[in-house]
Amino acid sequence: MATEGTYYVPEQSKLPIFASFGLFLTVFGAANWINGSDNGPMMFMAGGFVMAVVLWNWFSTVIDENMNGLNSPQLKRSYVWGMGWFIFSEVMFFAAFFGALYYIRNFSLPWLAGEGDHSSMTPEVLWPGFEAHWPLMTTPDMAANGEAAKVLGPAQNMSGSTVENVWSWLPLWNTIVLMTSSVTVHFAHTAIKKDNRKGFNLWLGITVLLGFIFLGLQAEEYIVAYNDMGLTLESGAYGTTFFMLTGFHGAHVTMGTIMLLVMWLRSMLKGHFKSDDQFGFEAASWYWHFVDVVWVGLFIFVYVFG
Amino acid sequence: MAHGPAKGITRWLYTTNHKDIGSMYLWFSFLMFLLGGVFALVIRAELFEPGLQIVEPEFFNQMTTMHGLVMVFGAVMPAFVGLANWMVPMMIGAPDMALPRMNNWSFWILPFAFAMLASTLFMEGGAPNFGWTFYAPLSTTYAPPSVTFFIFAVHIMGASSIMGAINIIATILNMRAPGMTLMKMPLFVWTWLITAYLLIAVMPVLAGVVTMMLMDIHFGTSFFSAAGGGDPVLFQHVFWFFGHPEVYIMILPAFGVVSAIIPTFARKPLFGYASMVYATASIAFLSFIVWAHHMFTVGMPIAGELFFMYATMLIAVPTGVKVFNWVTTMFKGSMTFETPMLFSVAFVILFTIGGFSGLMLAIAPADFQYHDTYFVVAHFHYVLVPGAIFSITAGVYYWLPKWCGNMYDETMGKMHFWMAFIGLNLTFFPMHFAGLAGMPRRIPDYNMMFADWNMISSVGAFLFGAAQLLFLYNVIATIVSGKKATDRVWEGSHGLEWTVPSPAPYHTFSTPPEVK
Ligand code: HEM
Ligand SMILES: [Cu+2]
Repeated sequence: MATEGTYYVPEQSKLPIFASFGLFLTVFGAANWINGSDNGPMMFMAGGFVMAVVLWNWFSTVIDENMNGLNSPQLKRSYVWGMGWFIFSEVMFFAAFFGALYYIRNFSLPWLAGEGDHSSMTPEVLWPGFEAHWPLMTTPDMAANGEAAKVLGPAQNMSGSTVENVWSWLPLWNTIVLMTSSVTVHFAHTAIKKDNRKGFNLWLGITVLLGFIFLGLQAEEYIVAYNDMGLTLESGAYGTTFFMLTGFHGAHVTMGTIMLLVMWLRSMLKGHFKSDDQFGFEAASWYWHFVDVVWVGLFIFVYVFG
Repeated sequence: MAHGPAKGITRWLYTTNHKDIGSMYLWFSFLMFLLGGVFALVIRAELFEPGLQIVEPEFFNQMTTMHGLVMVFGAVMPAFVGLANWMVPMMIGAPDMALPRMNNWSFWILPFAFAMLASTLFMEGGAPNFGWTFYAPLSTTYAPPSVTFFIFAVHIMGASSIMGAINIIATILNMRAPGMTLMKMPLFVWTWLITAYLLIAVMPVLAGVVTMMLMDIHFGTSFFSAAGGGDPVLFQHVFWFFGHPEVYIMILPAFGVVSAIIPTFARKPLFGYASMVYATASIAFLSFIVWAHHMFTVGMPIAGELFFMYATMLIAVPTGVKVFNWVTTMFKGSMTFETPMLFSVAFVILFTIGGFSGLMLAIAPADFQYHDTYFVVAHFHYVLVPGAIFSITAGVYYWLPKWCGNMYDETMGKMHFWMAFIGLNLTFFPMHFAGLAGMPRRIPDYNMMFADWNMISSVGAFLFGAAQLLFLYNVIATIVSGKKATDRVWEGSHGLEWTVPSPAPYHTFSTPPEVK
């Protein structure tokens, strides 16, 4: 077992260069695809495949190193710092989108409608008749150009819960599901701390299940939005902020669910994790709590006060 | 662990060694510096005289854009990461970076990202042409198709920066030798700790803003389109929330380098170490609340103008503390002027000029006149060229003997310095005058009345460019056939990095040193 004072510096590794290549192929393919080139999708898929293989190997290597006792407590702290700061970077990524929502609601729209001491004639000339409301159903384009408008607002929005129908309000259920999953993942943590593998597998399994349920509900919400509510990514500032915020959140839930699923499989199939050695799981669970906190922000600012 | 480097190309492709990776960062950065330099010389050649002579206006716009992007993201930032890779572990007595494989990944993303960015020059519709600040709607509604590649290039550079920054923070917080308390760390380590924090805080915001662009361009969202309820000015807010801390990302490590060099050649310890640390932290904090000083003319409410004006001026206080401390360190020191010191002294003087023009720009009503003129160009080149670039150069001369074990040629170093010093002042000082007289930035042609200043600028630019070739030659000559350097290298040097042999062995501090 490695002790304090020796730090394991890995020998040469092929992983990073392949990861760089895979990442490049993925984004280069994506850019080609989006720009309408025929070989874009192929390149994108190939890149994704390379990334998947590399990451699989990378994590396996790290796990093996840990199993073989190469990781000193100091090295483990490096992983802890690494994960912590990574989550902080994610927080800032979401902050940009929450900031955009804030700015649009509180500044852009009132100014487009002519409010403020600096606005002069612009709103009257460019967007006559526009009034600022949130959720934004009538876009400036619609107010000014009527039938000829190109950017149309949604027919319905997501913030329509009343007290009577609150129990059939999907976002509330999503909140309940995700909050519960934060608790269950915590139970899983306490279980493994006591080397209670059965409890760990059970609670973690439930967490993963809740993750999938959340994603299912979210998919349902999107389908309803697109099919029945006339609410799409293209529905002006409301559709933009709604889908970008919930969409990126959903993508992160997907990531988090996959991470937890892998941890669950590791425990179920390989018997990984012990009371004093479960950082892989812990990192995934921090990520899960983070995704949860973001959701609370979304629930408040996008749905309740939406 | 006791092994030396592997043989052949795989040493560089598969390496996990902080010294190898540091070297790769530095060489890559120099390559980008030359590429960005070529773009700059195209600009200066076109502006040598009024009228359109060499390039099309459309291509000119591509040159200003690519010059800025390549210099900021390709030259300056990777150079500092390279210095951090080499020096931080040695300065704190660590065996390597905290996460060595990720370190290699951070580096190798960059060549791919910049190959992708550079390839846009050959695409249909040309390279990005909307300026390095890529304001919407120039970068959205009116952008060339290559903007998609630009967006993804920024994404992966950002990933590289974030991973690099995480690695540096983890190294500094977790890998210090016993006894190396935070307040004993060399200032270069401190400035990098804070820079890394800034990077992790704002690179994701940059990723966010390019993502919004991507969605607006290709997926019909309305972030920056007023027709749908968004706002082009929102772009500027998000961009500058990243952008202003970004300029400090490019200068804080420079402060660290200079704070290492000046004490060595003044043969006095750094004056006011603790105040330097606190000043760095204050600058980092303030850098988050000044961003809209880039936007005084967009029509912000008066309260916003005032807030951002005063907050910006406040930054001059900790900056002043720093300049004061460097000067006081030199005061009554027994100074000698080897090449690193020449560059550092020039840094202190010329960076201060840039700080002063920054203060002028910070005065909101005055900025209505200066904004988007060559005065702004003069300002930021004074903080970036004799600021960031000179400190990097100084750092390379200062640590090169430790890296390769050989001493550089002092005469050639001094020649490099004077050519660069004269060249850059010739290039950028006249821009103040052209700007105050009203010459707008980012234009391929201009009024006759600006002709003289522009001609001087162009001559200076080519001189500055030539100086860098001399630099390249000097570095290569040092590595290949320089005189053997001692372990201490400099008479007045202090710190752990000077306790190991020159050249520094492939692995240093495999067992941590004891710091008293
Ligand atoms: C005392 C410190 C400083 C102050 C008060 C200051 C102030 C300003 C202001 C007000 C502007 C906007 C001018 C305009 O567009 O009208 C500006 C632009 C700029 N500053 Fe500074 N600055 C300072 C230091 C720095 C430093 C240290 C750097 C970089 C190392 C820097 C880099 C830039 C850049 C790159 C721009 C122009 C960006 C662009 O529009 O392309 N500044 N500065
Ligand atoms: Cu700024």
